[in-house]
Amino acid sequence: MTWDADTAEALRDSLSRWLADHLDLSVQGRADRPPAPPVWRALATELGLLGVGLPERVGGLGGGLAAQLQVLRTLGGWLTAEPYAGAAVVGGAALQAAATPQADALLARLVAGDARPAFAHLEPAARTLHQAPRCTLRRDGGGWRLDGRKAAVAGAPGATHFVVTAVDEAGPVVVCLAADVPGLALEAGRLLDGSEAATLHLDAVPVADQAWLGGAALVDRLLDTATLASCAEALGVLQRLQADTVEHLRTRQQFGQPLAAFQVLQHRLADLHIARVQAEALTWAVAEGFEAAGADERALAVSSAALAVDRACRAVGQGAVQLHGAMGVTEELAAARFARRALQIGLQHGDRLHHLQRCDRLLHPER
Amino acid sequence: MIERLRPEEAAFRDEVRAFVAARLTPELHEAGRRTAGIFTDYPANWQWHRILAERGWSVPHWPVEHGGTGWTPLQHHLFAAELAAADAPQVAPMGPMMVAPVLIAFGTPDQQRRWLPGIRDGSDYWCQGYSEPGAGSDLASLQCRAVRGMDGDGDHFVLDGSKIWTTHAHHASHMFALVRTARGAKAQQGISFLCFEMALPGIRVRPIPSTSGDHELNQVFFDGVRVPATGLIGEENQGWTIAKYLLQHERGGSWAPRLRARWRRLQRALAAALADGRQACTEHMALRLALAELHSRLDALQALELATLRARERGESDAVAPSIGKLLGSELKQHLTELHLRIAGPAAAWRSAAPDDDAAFAASAWLNDRAASIYAGTNEVQRQLVANHLLRGT
Repeated sequence: MTWDADTAEALRDSLSRWLADHLDLSVQGRADRPPAPPVWRALATELGLLGVGLPERVGGLGGGLAAQLQVLRTLGGWLTAEPYAGAAVVGGAALQAAATPQADALLARLVAGDARPAFAHLEPAARTLHQAPRCTLRRDGGGWRLDGRKAAVAGAPGATHFVVTAVDEAGPVVVCLAADVPGLALEAGRLLDGSEAATLHLDAVPVADQAWLGGAALVDRLLDTATLASCAEALGVLQRLQADTVEHLRTRQQFGQPLAAFQVLQHRLADLHIARVQAEALTWAVAEGFEAAGADERALAVSSAALAVDRACRAVGQGAVQLHGAMGVTEELAAARFARRALQIGLQHGDRLHHLQRCDRLLHPER
Repeated sequence: MIERLRPEEAAFRDEVRAFVAARLTPELHEAGRRTAGIFTDYPANWQWHRILAERGWSVPHWPVEHGGTGWTPLQHHLFAAELAAADAPQVAPMGPMMVAPVLIAFGTPDQQRRWLPGIRDGSDYWCQGYSEPGAGSDLASLQCRAVRGMDGDGDHFVLDGSKIWTTHAHHASHMFALVRTARGAKAQQGISFLCFEMALPGIRVRPIPSTSGDHELNQVFFDGVRVPATGLIGEENQGWTIAKYLLQHERGGSWAPRLRARWRRLQRALAAALADGRQACTEHMALRLALAELHSRLDALQALELATLRARERGESDAVAPSIGKLLGSELKQHLTELHLRIAGPAAAWRSAAPDDDAAFAASAWLNDRAASIYAGTNEVQRQLVANHLLRGT
């Protein structure tokens, strides 16, 4: 099987059906319950989706990033984007860049559902996505050693490998570690949205030469990939939020009429829809040009998309909660949990000021 | 935006660029640069239209059999972007973009033969008779009366009443108008769509000066004007269907190419304003970030417009896409002129006659742009249309 528009549609449909059959939105993403097991094995064995974006030489379908983003958008509508985003999308991109037999072997295991990398980049004191990591990679005898901390690593519990950013004497680097390597310890916890994550403690972790995946250019590319991936996920989250909100406005009666009859609410709905369709259009436009773009062009486009998605997450997330009334702040209401996920996506993108500064720098290269 | 052009697309862009370089005179360029409102002053916009017509590019959106170009959505975008980047005059849309699609969809072959060539080659100049003193956003309540009669001069309508906010009525050779031909149970019934010449006896045009100092708007009075019945488009009393069709076209244009050209102008204005280094660092940064923010909004609008064009080409119709485009385009335009004024600072308060005074331009554009969220159905009306669509599927 190879990747084309029909395949894309068929896989999206089967994924949607599978999610509707197996997940329950009345509990999905509840932070006051034990975390649901991640949707992972089924993506490999029942749906064959782990390799949609990966090359055919490792058992994938060759659909590239665009195919993965379609999957993420669908998963976003079920609050279950991780571990797919970190493992298949970012992890997959990192391993492909290495283009070594070891990396290809790991990719093949990823496609089969037997390996599950997680992307570890943010650090405890980080202010923005793009500041250089403080984790250090230093010469140690014949090999290297890695030291430092990584914060809020999504999908870390249960991960078989970590794609970790660090700095060596030449600048930023990306390395791949097995989860059971000595010196690596997980301090498990949960993220704002209830999903599983961990702080990574890296103390004199031995790193072999073959573990090196790439340098500064790859770090930048992975961060852009991760950002665009969460944009695509957000589209699914926001679509669900809007649909729930429309349904609520139609059915909820107050003052003797449906909420949908009130013009001030109608206009708020129009505004959140308009914010959402812009985020949607820009995310796909950027995805289309992502692979072919130069680094600066890509960075500008991805930050632009992140800003549009951030605006939409605010408009739709806050609007949905407000329009649902008091139940909008309860763990019980699915829309409330989707709104929280939208908030978390914004937080993980880094403050909008960061993206504005990045755009400003790229728009005025002479300064 | 990441723009990757295929070789044939790049060749097309170069062809447009070369054409503009060859044919855009300094006078026309200056007129284009001074366009503070929706479109360029007459006669520059009309001269540019005729130059485009010579090349076969004056009505690219029309069906090919009527003189359109058959371009892809991307070609339309590239064409608009090249013209905007070169500060070419913006041609008046009333003929090519508003009445022409109506004539093509609802006109008889005779009506099409009578009017389309003049619109295409620029020999006729049209104005739009929609709003009335008592009918603005509530267009269906219009009262301008047309009574059908037959006498020695043949089948005709006698027109009495008034139209208002009629842009460039004082330059126009023709008008298309919505008139009341019957009283129905609903206000939308009994409206007809008429086309006629502005030279008919009994038509009087009164100028309405704008706060920007421009004269674009007019009130038009009709006093027993005899309009030949051959000017009736479609069925009598079915004008509302046509009016809605036209509004879709009026709202459906692309804003991004022009707004991107305007954004670049702001970028240059900011660089010039900061050149002497007297401004505080925080002011630099605040203005630069505001510019970056608008750049991102512009990217989003452009992506949405291109996606809408492609969907339309695939035959998918989105009832509210024109409303969303109009809302976003007009509001982004207003954000741009707001920032332009902030960049210009107090200098914008000086009523300067100098053609290259960018601060005066900013003030004029700001004042003109107030109209953007009002014309073609106020933005509140557009929000209503979007909400109705989402809540009731209309």
